Amino acid sequence: MTGRNAWLLVALVVANAVLFLLHLLVGPVPLDACDALAALFNGADEGGAARVVRSVRLPEALTAVLAGSGLAVCGLLMQTLFRNPLAGPSVLGLSSGASLGVAVLMLARPLWLLAWLPAEFAVIVGAFVGAMAVLALIMVADRRMGDGVALLVVGLMVGYLCGAIIDVLQVAGPEGALKGFVLWGMGSFGGVVNERLPLLAAVVLPGLLLALWSMKALNALLLGETYAASLGVDVPRMRRTIMWTTGLLAGSITAFCGPIAFLGLATPHVARGLCKTSDHTTLLPMTLLTGASLALCCDLIIKVPGAAGLPLNAITAFLGAPVVAWVLWSGKRWARTA
Amino acid sequence: MKAPLSTEAMAVGYPGRRLIEGVDVVLGPGELVALIGVNGGGKSTLLHTLAGLHAPIAGKVRSFEEEIGSLSAVERARRLALVLTGRPAAGLMDVRTIVAMGRQPWTGHFGRLNDDDQKIIDGALRAVDVEHLVGRSLGELSDGEAQRVMIARALAQDTPIMLLDEPMAFLDLVNRVRLLRTLRQLAHDRQKAILLSTHDLQSALDLCDRVLLIHDRRLWNGTAAEAIRSGVLEALFSAEGLRFDPATRSFRAV
Repeated sequence: MTGRNAWLLVALVVANAVLFLLHLLVGPVPLDACDALAALFNGADEGGAARVVRSVRLPEALTAVLAGSGLAVCGLLMQTLFRNPLAGPSVLGLSSGASLGVAVLMLARPLWLLAWLPAEFAVIVGAFVGAMAVLALIMVADRRMGDGVALLVVGLMVGYLCGAIIDVLQVAGPEGALKGFVLWGMGSFGGVVNERLPLLAAVVLPGLLLALWSMKALNALLLGETYAASLGVDVPRMRRTIMWTTGLLAGSITAFCGPIAFLGLATPHVARGLCKTSDHTTLLPMTLLTGASLALCCDLIIKVPGAAGLPLNAITAFLGAPVVAWVLWSGKRWARTA
Repeated sequence: MKAPLSTEAMAVGYPGRRLIEGVDVVLGPGELVALIGVNGGGKSTLLHTLAGLHAPIAGKVRSFEEEIGSLSAVERARRLALVLTGRPAAGLMDVRTIVAMGRQPWTGHFGRLNDDDQKIIDGALRAVDVEHLVGRSLGELSDGEAQRVMIARALAQDTPIMLLDEPMAFLDLVNRVRLLRTLRQLAHDRQKAILLSTHDLQSALDLCDRVLLIHDRRLWNGTAAEAIRSGVLEALFSAEGLRFDPATRSFRAV
């Protein structure tokens, strides 16, 4: 890693810390900055400010960090695996698959399954199974077609198909469950309460570690699978590792936060623009930190008084869509990789 | 002596479609060998099979007496480097980073390079004369430059065997001869076993120590002089209106 990129990483860590603290201070209830920060360090404080910070704002900020870094890394893994700069969990239908899994559980309520599992586990399992099913389909399609554009179209079609099935479930589903599902579908980092946060962390953190553990092999994959194999990478095993990691990350984050668009697709491009390399030993940590910052930023924006009520996905689209358009427009850097 | 690469009654191809059969060939150290054959004759499949990336459909491939399929991926990568046709789309990677990837089989889990690795990378860049390109990205290089960079990457892998799939495709005559001279020097000076596939018959006959010819689903094996004398070349390219001229070692349209 060059000196410049090492400094960039440090700057991103600082930016994350600042955004994280801001996140604790900003919200619908105005809090005194000193009270809010004191609540972090004084567990005995049972005042109103302390309760808001500890049970509402802290879990939301931590969720944003986990979900943002997880989705960003998920997007980078998919872009490297499919050698396609426009791959990402929402574009290739993973989020839709996860949504379908959640919809089946929340709306169709297969009681035989729910009797076996606590509800929050069931939602994760549903989302994970949905994401993995779509990912497996996409990987087969990738093998068969070997064409980046066709793969993206297949991903979009899978997304539409999942959306259609979800629509049917919504019409047929019970009224009470419908409201919960619609709210979930708008995407939010605020729905993860303290009790469920460890569960999200228990899935996302190993996923991130698995990605960091694979950086060398990911670099080899940039040259293509044959070159990677000739450099000593066990390619089938590596493909399986990436598949499980992306499925777990996209599935669990979607289960907890709803389908969040653009973070996975756009963040690796922002990170590449920052560090100017595709070398994963630099790009992967950079993507992880950029993802956390962007998620905190987006969530901060919808909490600013005046913007309250905006769905999270509107903000991620505002930030993400221009990035993707810019990637296509400038074309030169990644054009040969598509 | 243990040969870097040898085959025994090997057949290559796909289930239900044998491309080449009965291959018994030895690739010795310090040899530059050319693989010649018509399009679709199985050149790439043969190279991939020798590289252990594709199982032979019969017979065996051995590297230093060990069967290539029994080696771990890393152990195989320490013995055998591969250069494929064309240039990979490697994203935002500068030339030095790409050449440094050749060190992957030798580095630790995160691929950190030590001083020895850096020296080997410098040597590889120097050997194929691409030191001046280190900061550029692969996408902006000419075909000849990109091909030399990929060869530098294979050299950095520091293996006794190198297999190259049509390294001279897309190159003009000057660059073809230049590349072949470099490979010949590498084979002779560093005692590497180098096998390359090519359509450039004339340069191959002039500069390679031996030629392998895929003809009639068999692999003919011998020196350039033997190939010309035996008439196998004429048999291989016996298209209408094409005649082999032994004096110039090339085919002439008549």
